[in-house]
Amino acid sequence: MELLCPAGNLPAVRTAVENGADAVYVGLKDDTNARHFAGLNFTDKKLAEAARYLHQHRRKLHVAINTFAHPDGMGRWQRAIDVAAQNGADALILADIATLEYAATHYPQVERHLSVQASATNLEAIRFYHRHFNLQRVVLPRVLSIHQVKQLARSTPVPLEVFAFGSLCIMAEGRCYLSSWLTGESPNSAGACSPAKFVRWQQTPRGMESRLNEVLIDRYAPDESAGYPTLCKGRYVVNGKRYHVLEEPTSLNTLELLPELLRAGIASVKIEGRQRSPAYVADVARVWRQAIDRCKAQPEQFDVAPQWMQTLGDLSEGTQTTLGAYHREWQ
Amino acid sequence: MQYALGPVLWYWPTDTLEDFYQQAARSSADIIYLGEAVCSKRRATPYARWMALARELAASGKQVVLSTLALLQSPSELKELQRYVENGEFLVKEGMTRWCMPVEMSRDWLMQLLEQCETRGIRQQFEVEVLGYGHLPLALSARCFTARSENRAKDDCETCCINYPTGRRVDSQEGQQVFVLNGIQTMSGYCYNLGNDLAGMRDQVDCVRLSPQDVTTLAEIDRFRANENGQAPLMAAKGRDCNGYWRKLAGMTLAS
Repeated sequence: MELLCPAGNLPAVRTAVENGADAVYVGLKDDTNARHFAGLNFTDKKLAEAARYLHQHRRKLHVAINTFAHPDGMGRWQRAIDVAAQNGADALILADIATLEYAATHYPQVERHLSVQASATNLEAIRFYHRHFNLQRVVLPRVLSIHQVKQLARSTPVPLEVFAFGSLCIMAEGRCYLSSWLTGESPNSAGACSPAKFVRWQQTPRGMESRLNEVLIDRYAPDESAGYPTLCKGRYVVNGKRYHVLEEPTSLNTLELLPELLRAGIASVKIEGRQRSPAYVADVARVWRQAIDRCKAQPEQFDVAPQWMQTLGDLSEGTQTTLGAYHREWQ
Repeated sequence: MQYALGPVLWYWPTDTLEDFYQQAARSSADIIYLGEAVCSKRRATPYARWMALARELAASGKQVVLSTLALLQSPSELKELQRYVENGEFLVKEGMTRWCMPVEMSRDWLMQLLEQCETRGIRQQFEVEVLGYGHLPLALSARCFTARSENRAKDDCETCCINYPTGRRVDSQEGQQVFVLNGIQTMSGYCYNLGNDLAGMRDQVDCVRLSPQDVTTLAEIDRFRANENGQAPLMAAKGRDCNGYWRKLAGMTLAS
């Protein structure tokens, strides 16, 4: 089982490797990937450097080119694939069938991983993509229960990757337009959800308010800590009741599912968070490395160490974690 | 311009559904999409009833298209899909015959894309449809938000969404309607309305889809038809209607 860690810059690549990542995934400095944030991601030169470093350490480089190509910019997506393939990428993470086809025909030797943004949630979808684009990996959306993941693992023709830890997207990824509904920009079209340029915090007599494109996402009491206004984690009102209508500010943490994921033959566990700091990547990678090693050595005796949960909890949104859709009760 | 009625995205009891489609048969819709598209737990109307409705609508001169679940997860859901695909009456063949543009795309995006299809010589091989009316389907989840709003887990939902024939309204803490909950689906808080944008679709868009809100949507088709060239403008209100996506703005915007 591979531990796949995120990196938004070279220091994060190094710290991921030093702390036990088997592979690292990155994006280029434009809207061809779903973490198109200022100050983040890789130029051609930095990408080549990351590839050299990873290969020296016998680790792999995955490059996410997982937004959907614009009609006026297909060349940009093709160029991203060229740059990644020619600078040492071992795998391309792709969602749009146009980019999948380009990569499969131009760089068949570079692995193609179906991005979570492609939203393949069932066996026939996986078979379809595999038939047309010869995939080496499918990243499963965070909408499946552990039972459904295991079912798929038994029958899939392509090895599976699942999200293990990090920010929790609660919708079928790649098919969520909530962000563009409020701001005009979504992960698919602009490479970011709830983009920072639309965010505003303001102290008011009624409390701290967080807004996205002027829409009130949450209002905090003095004893509450204000979070980033990701729109699906806001507090809204249904029938006079104020609550987290879609989801609480929380992070996904699947540590306790590790033995089941290992038994099911899941090829890779993915840590979310290319936008996070190298220190964050180091802490998360270290915990997961220890957990995977211990689980592999003694799967029957595997227990989640309390200090692992403590570390991951402290790094989580709202300092709480959930099993998300893996756990039926959550649904 | 052809007009299509999208599948009813809400969970209506079979009687309500049959009443609606009896009236739809007499409406000016050219195309009717039919079937459960949101949740596999909504089983009030079984396969045979849907097929009977489809036959009746076809007999009244409508082009009928069977709709199926938008989010397929379990093997049993795939099996149900297969049943619809192999229905034997309403034809299915491989390859795209009509393309309904994703709701977040703009007119600008569409025009560029169609121009490229023209250049490639494939524009005549399919029809172009634009969703132009209704609360927009924005997201799907494993979680049922209607059940959550009643403090239930999905496994214990008792298909409570049947009690909300136009979904559950979600307001911001200052009273702005941001979303509508429809089971596992999250919809736009405002009603999308491109009734005043039809002139800009001429010769490019083959078909405008109206998503059924309730029975009044049938009359909306006539209002759209009457305003194809802008001769009978529709009323649109801020805080209720929107057209932002088509205008390349935030979806919730209403531009004049």
